[in-house]
Amino acid sequence: MKVYKYGANVDTDVIIPARHLNDPSPAALASHCMEDIDADFASTVEEGDIIVAGPNFGCGSSREHAPLAIKSCGVKCVIAPSFARIFYRNAINIGFPIVECPQAAEEIQAGDQVEVDFSSGTITDVTTGKTYKAAPFPEFIDGIIQSGGLLNSLKERGVAK
Amino acid sequence: MGMTMTQKILAKAAGLDKVEPGQLIEARLDLVLGNDITTPVAITEFEKAGFTQVFDKDKIAIVLDHYTPCKDIKSAQLCKQAREFAHKHQITNFFDVGQMGVEHALLPEKGLCAPGEVIIGADSHTCTYGALGAFSTGVGSTDMAAGMATGLLWFKVPSAIKVTLKGKLQPHVSGKDVILHLIGEIGVDGALYQSLEFAGEGVASLSMDDRFTISNMAIEAGGKNGIFPVDEKTMEYINGRVSRPCEAFSADPDAVYDREVVIDLDKLEPTVALPHLPENTKTVSEVAGTPINQVVIGSCTNGRIGDLRIAAAIMKGKKVAGNVRCVVIPATQEITLQAMKEGLIQTFIEAGAAVSTPTCGPCLGGHMGVMAEGERTVSTTNRNFVGRMGHTTSEIILASPAVAAASAIAGCVADPRAV
Repeated sequence: MKVYKYGANVDTDVIIPARHLNDPSPAALASHCMEDIDADFASTVEEGDIIVAGPNFGCGSSREHAPLAIKSCGVKCVIAPSFARIFYRNAINIGFPIVECPQAAEEIQAGDQVEVDFSSGTITDVTTGKTYKAAPFPEFIDGIIQSGGLLNSLKERGVAK
Repeated sequence: MGMTMTQKILAKAAGLDKVEPGQLIEARLDLVLGNDITTPVAITEFEKAGFTQVFDKDKIAIVLDHYTPCKDIKSAQLCKQAREFAHKHQITNFFDVGQMGVEHALLPEKGLCAPGEVIIGADSHTCTYGALGAFSTGVGSTDMAAGMATGLLWFKVPSAIKVTLKGKLQPHVSGKDVILHLIGEIGVDGALYQSLEFAGEGVASLSMDDRFTISNMAIEAGGKNGIFPVDEKTMEYINGRVSRPCEAFSADPDAVYDREVVIDLDKLEPTVALPHLPENTKTVSEVAGTPINQVVIGSCTNGRIGDLRIAAAIMKGKKVAGNVRCVVIPATQEITLQAMKEGLIQTFIEAGAAVSTPTCGPCLGGHMGVMAEGERTVSTTNRNFVGRMGHTTSEIILASPAVAAASAIAGCVADPRAV
């Protein structure tokens, strides 16, 4: 569960460039994920790895292809001080965990081994031995994540045909 | 504690008397929008979830505008999927090639957005309709699927930044300069999770096209939406376009704002944003002479008739510099026709510009103006991220139609007041 670290304002155009949006299959999106800022990412990322980044992660376009690309790579979660709002809701809506924790985002370094316990919001940097606590999601949002995404939660509530 | 305009619209749509910043609500939707990139993902999710019916075939708009007329086979497949879904569910407001325009110019023109409405779109620039006093915001494809199925969506009620506009714009200064200046002041996450609420005596002097441009780029400051008060110009715009009843909301006198930003329109200069963030703003005079290879005039930000008039007035009787390709893209068919009637298209072609059918094309590096390694474009679009319009080493300078037109003629970044 190694960490990939990026700076502030990582935009959706570098997470998944628009030239690849003509094929929204998860495998295709994963193969081009982050390629404009980190050409090695897609070929080296492994199941369970974590992205740590600066503020306003996922700014720009509304493309849900961005969290989908990251999720499809096997990335476990993204930790950042803040997320652009459309990326934030897209991640929640597809059931992909994101964690807002400024201190962890600042201190965790690339290559560190990191574990995240979502139920308690505890982030552990195994490499440095430090632990961090993220604020839990509000109950409503946690419910969407627990259902496995927005559409599942709507089905459970029986509000659509 | 009073409510902002945005909060009042959301409260009503959620069936509540009052909402507070941070409150999670479920609001009734007046319109759900998607394009040829985001709709197919929404359709896949909609069908995967087992939904079989849309909540209201008249309250969904699907606009095939991004990679159209289709640039390749994969894009054509996406359009085919959207087209088949639209036909199957008898979507009233489905716009294919020939009728379509750049969505955020098209929907207001067709009367699909009105004051007080709640509009979501699986496109980040859906915030454009705030210019009409609507609450409108960009969402993702799963949100679009949920909206199409239920007509409802969850929102976190935003707190607000009040943007007070004073004075009046000077010649060759427009809405684009206002919004670029604001983003430069507060940064690309300056309004994160917040609404931008425009106010002040300066609003009255802004044309609707200026207001659309300003609201359009609220997202570039991280904003949830960017909303204008409803005045005579708004009513004049919707008159003849919107026949259904609508409600003009206004902020309570004691509405609470996190902060206030004041912009003196009298003093505003033509402004540009240098690579690779919209917050990297300079006045055009600071960067005049910067070499360029291309100029793009169009997009949901600046492809309206007012934008084309400004550009044509500067280009009339002149020639695009030999080192520059200039691409002009009227945002809708109606705008194209109007530009033809006024002789603007002739002006562009005689100047040596290429004029395209409506498309988002170059703005997102799709087609109709993609850049090679190391090239630089002055563009009236909205984003200048790394690789946005082509090769990762290419660069975008965001500018107004006046600066773009002046730059096309000069062959380098140029001040429209000096051409």
